[in-house]
Amino acid sequence: MEPVDLDLEEGELELPSEPMHLNMGPSHPAMHGTVRIVLELSGETITKADVQIGYLHRGFEKMCERGTWTQVFPYADRLNYVSPMLNNVGFALAVEKMCGLEVPERCQWYRMILGELARISDHLTCDAAMAMELGAITPFLWLMKGREMVWDILEEETGARLTHSFGRIGGMAKPPTDGLKEMVRGSLPKILHLVEEAEAMLLKNRIFLDRLENIGVISAADAMALGWTGPCLRSTGAAYDIRKAHPYLKYDEVDFEVPVGTRGDTLDRFLVRLGEIRQSAKILLQCADRLPESGPVNCDDPRYVLPDKNDVYTTIEGTIQHFKLVMEGAKVPAGEAYSYTEGGNGELGFYLVSDGTGTPHRVRIRPPCFAITQGLEKLVTNRMLSDIIPTFGSLNMIGGECDH
Amino acid sequence: MSQLALDKLKAKFGAAVVETHSQFGDDTAVVEPGVWRAAAEFLRDDPALDFNLFVDLCAVDFPKRVPRFEVVLHVYSFARRQRVRLKTRVGDEEGEGCEVDSLVPVWTGANWFERETFDMMGIVFQGHPDLRRILLYPEFVGHPLRKDYPAQKTQPLVAYRTEEEAGTILDKLAPFGGDEGMAFGRKFYLPKDGN
Amino acid sequence: MGELNRSVTLEGSESGFATTKLDALLNWSRKYSLFNYPFVTACCGMEFMAVSSPRYDFARFGAEAPRFSPRQSDLLWVVGTISQRQAPVLRRIYEQMMAPRWVMAFGTCASCGGFYDNYTTVPGIDKIIPTDVYVPGCPPRPEAVFDGLLLIQDKIASGVREPSVVKPRADPVAGLVQIRDTKVKAKEKTK
Repeated sequence: MEPVDLDLEEGELELPSEPMHLNMGPSHPAMHGTVRIVLELSGETITKADVQIGYLHRGFEKMCERGTWTQVFPYADRLNYVSPMLNNVGFALAVEKMCGLEVPERCQWYRMILGELARISDHLTCDAAMAMELGAITPFLWLMKGREMVWDILEEETGARLTHSFGRIGGMAKPPTDGLKEMVRGSLPKILHLVEEAEAMLLKNRIFLDRLENIGVISAADAMALGWTGPCLRSTGAAYDIRKAHPYLKYDEVDFEVPVGTRGDTLDRFLVRLGEIRQSAKILLQCADRLPESGPVNCDDPRYVLPDKNDVYTTIEGTIQHFKLVMEGAKVPAGEAYSYTEGGNGELGFYLVSDGTGTPHRVRIRPPCFAITQGLEKLVTNRMLSDIIPTFGSLNMIGGECDH
Repeated sequence: MSQLALDKLKAKFGAAVVETHSQFGDDTAVVEPGVWRAAAEFLRDDPALDFNLFVDLCAVDFPKRVPRFEVVLHVYSFARRQRVRLKTRVGDEEGEGCEVDSLVPVWTGANWFERETFDMMGIVFQGHPDLRRILLYPEFVGHPLRKDYPAQKTQPLVAYRTEEEAGTILDKLAPFGGDEGMAFGRKFYLPKDGN
Repeated sequence: MGELNRSVTLEGSESGFATTKLDALLNWSRKYSLFNYPFVTACCGMEFMAVSSPRYDFARFGAEAPRFSPRQSDLLWVVGTISQRQAPVLRRIYEQMMAPRWVMAFGTCASCGGFYDNYTTVPGIDKIIPTDVYVPGCPPRPEAVFDGLLLIQDKIASGVREPSVVKPRADPVAGLVQIRDTKVKAKEKTK
């Protein structure tokens, strides 16, 4: 056979070629739930990527219209299921905005503690999964160990490791346990030590850096037009953190920084999340100092908060109040409101429309990772196939939230 | 929230702004469907407003009202730290005729949100580059978030197995009675030796 | 922890089909080297990650090797809610697996649809594929998952594929836990 002459011009060698179509998902090892990406490849380069979500659509918004306002909490938990407490608190704050309730101080600190623990769990999971998909399984196991410590605290407080359903309109389901502060102060150094060990393994590794640096770059203006918020937006350089910009609960009374990236690439998204774990730990230690030892956790408003069980069984007002709240639901005033908090992935918004009865008319969740996953197509076009894995991992698409 | 945005919208569009309110502290403006895209561009381009971060686009179904659907847009200004909500009303009581301009040329982020609103509520966005279903499969008929779609009406893609095919009962009933099963949680323990 | 009476009594014949020593040997080797296909969709996936993590380690049971191709795996873990859109995918993956194959429904959504009684959720994967073990919980604790895994191992060892009912087993903490509440009068056991 004659050898091919290697210094031919591109156009002279007429080989028939057509783009190859490759289907990634919806069941694939990158454990992000279920997303299907239909790719058109030219060699190893992606020319078109069609990101198809919706394989975990569970009808959250339709389900909410069939119960009472409090019955939304278990559904809300399963939205961003790696940080369920943040969804609970977000929805509770939204309903409280419409009802005009202000929860007692002890409840605000308690919500902050549980919320920041959930945020640590979210970022640990995202970074661990990213490392594992690139082949670094050991840091994944270390960070999972750290996540178990967080879940131990949450299990002691709420009774469940993962889907707590602990928020209520006007407060929380139960007051904090006595050992909360010791558990938080005891676990945080261990978790941060595990994070440092994982960092030492990964951030000096040439292969890891080569796979993440300058991959999936996006500018701040493009990100904002796409609707990005949260760690992904902060990695592009735009410092927008709702806890600083529009503080809620007691975030204006604690001292923390907002880690911001510079280039908007995958490595920045990875590092911003690691930085946020440290900042959350800082917030947690301050909250543990400031959480009052005693005091009410729920609002004292009989229209929205369930009465004490003792009263339910002994007084007639307690019985009626309990009956009305459970059977008919809390009657939230008619109207509409949009309330937003900083979820694990960004601005988690709830747009609620009430018609004055105990059943919601419309509960709309504004999922942060829905807007973020929109940008995936733009990020991976003209990159190579193997760049999808770290890029998609760094976006932290949580199926329950994206497909709601 | 942004009262300034409401004032400027009223000044620019006059009668096309049907109503404004600030319920629960959220500034909201309702405009005619004809000026939907123009109002959005004004919100983005006006230097005093500068709403550059797209937040949310959804629809709400009020079956007893005409027009039936309300398309709701939330946007945020990163530099001014302000928000505004813009709404418009479309659709008749059958659910027909709900067309509104697409906002994809204004903010690229509107893309998937409009696809989702089309999927769930059936609002057609004119000028959208790729309006197809996003959360449900293409074979699905109907728009489930509308109030007249029954929540439990399924349209399976794979036919469910029948009991003959499975060779076993498929209904899940508890196989044991009230006094069987794990002991803890159901009975009280009596200390045997009176400790 | 006391004696765990772990031998599960499955209704149906005790010996099943594993009547020869060769069969017994094959079943023994199959049950302790399960290659699982984690079909992970939702929140139960987080508990799946916890089950594979150092604290609750399913490598102890020989089941830690995930194979992401159905051709190479024998235990299909259906973890999380299956939506109507996902159903053909699940059916296809099940059909691509080769016998002998077992299916575990991990979580309530996979077992019976969970509390998502709506237009988009399949009410249990046994409407689509035959299932061997159902592990309830939302999400199930890792200990419950191991219970299910051990039940599958028992099914493999005995060779029984008929539907069976798990009889209540001996309570592992009976007699070890004493509730010391002297204020409340102890109630009579209703039997």
